[in-house]
Amino acid sequence: MNILEFTIIIGVISLAAGILGSLTGLGGGVVIIPVLTLGFGIDIRYAIGASLVSVIATSSGAAAAYVKEGFTNIRLGMFLEIATTLGALSGAFLAARVSTQVIAVIFGIVLLWSAYVEIKSRDSKDEERGEDRLAVLLKLGSWYPSPHGPKPYTVHSVTGGFGLMVIAGILSGLLGIGSGSLKVLAMDRIMKVPFKVSTTTSNFMIGVTAATSAGVYLNRGYIDPGITMPVMLGVAFGSLLGAKILVQTGTKLLKLIFSIVIIFLAAEMIYNGITGTL
Amino acid sequence: MLHSREPLSEERLQEIIGGLLRGGVLLAAGVTLIGGILYLLHYPNTFPDYHIFRGEPADLRNLPGIIQELIALKSRGIIQTGLILLIATPVARVAFSLIAFAIKRDYLYVVVTFIVFSFLIYSIIGGGL
Repeated sequence: MNILEFTIIIGVISLAAGILGSLTGLGGGVVIIPVLTLGFGIDIRYAIGASLVSVIATSSGAAAAYVKEGFTNIRLGMFLEIATTLGALSGAFLAARVSTQVIAVIFGIVLLWSAYVEIKSRDSKDEERGEDRLAVLLKLGSWYPSPHGPKPYTVHSVTGGFGLMVIAGILSGLLGIGSGSLKVLAMDRIMKVPFKVSTTTSNFMIGVTAATSAGVYLNRGYIDPGITMPVMLGVAFGSLLGAKILVQTGTKLLKLIFSIVIIFLAAEMIYNGITGTL
Repeated sequence: MLHSREPLSEERLQEIIGGLLRGGVLLAAGVTLIGGILYLLHYPNTFPDYHIFRGEPADLRNLPGIIQELIALKSRGIIQTGLILLIATPVARVAFSLIAFAIKRDYLYVVVTFIVFSFLIYSIIGGGL
């Protein structure tokens, strides 16, 4: 394999990762890291650097479309970014002090967990509680476009959601992923924000979370132009395509397929991490 | 603005942020593409060994070094410039939000956005942490 072939193959995979990442709200990183390490034998530190770039591209590319559609809750995103950026700083700090094998195992567990969250049946809106006082103070409630005109919603359990966002930030900084599934979980399940608002606001936040760790990773020399280039171009284009599809269609089957793929990748990451063959 | 007495309507804010993000990604991708083509033309038949982690050379790790490589029109420096532009896109979005919330006199969110902006700048400047 020469550089040209390598670039084309990585570019095509990144394109697919960008589409899937923005469709499912999981981000492209969950696919990019296992593919680069398991498929191409690339050191996990280069893979993390490339993934981080793909995460920023996915977020910004897709968010550009979502924000204009009016799904994204900018205030909610901005407020929760305090939690994710703080977490990302801590995670990037930790990353230099933890062995790559441990990172691989943690990564695998996070993958398994995010696949589980995606597959688990979604029994929406169990009990209707009153709006959180903090949510009122922070003006987090908003509305989103629906076929029957703008639909208002309120936000619940702000402190719980904020706490989970700190963890999402730590994992993002440590592993170079967007932690999209944790962000969606925090908003959709805990804060009771409508699903489409959760996924698009998560996508919106991911770029800022990843940019927080990006400077640190660049300085450590984890970001190689030869790997970064096809990853970034593929994912940026893929995420723009993915965002167009989400606005039009449901994604239930796609999520199931994607989750099964992730489970296989997760098992392999954990196995390789433990046996030290990564 | 015709439809609103507010200095900056929510819709207008969304439009500008959307445009900013799209513009940033397209610019970053464009620069990276140019660098990528030069890179492929320059090293057609070699293949670096990514299996062993060496880390990037010093001048591809920080902004001054990358700018030097860019001015020298080195392909890897041009790609890294695209990357810097990509990192700068969310930072610009936060910076713009800060200004927007100030124009809207939403001081609570000026504070919220300022905290996020500080963390971002700290991580990028204090990147060696």
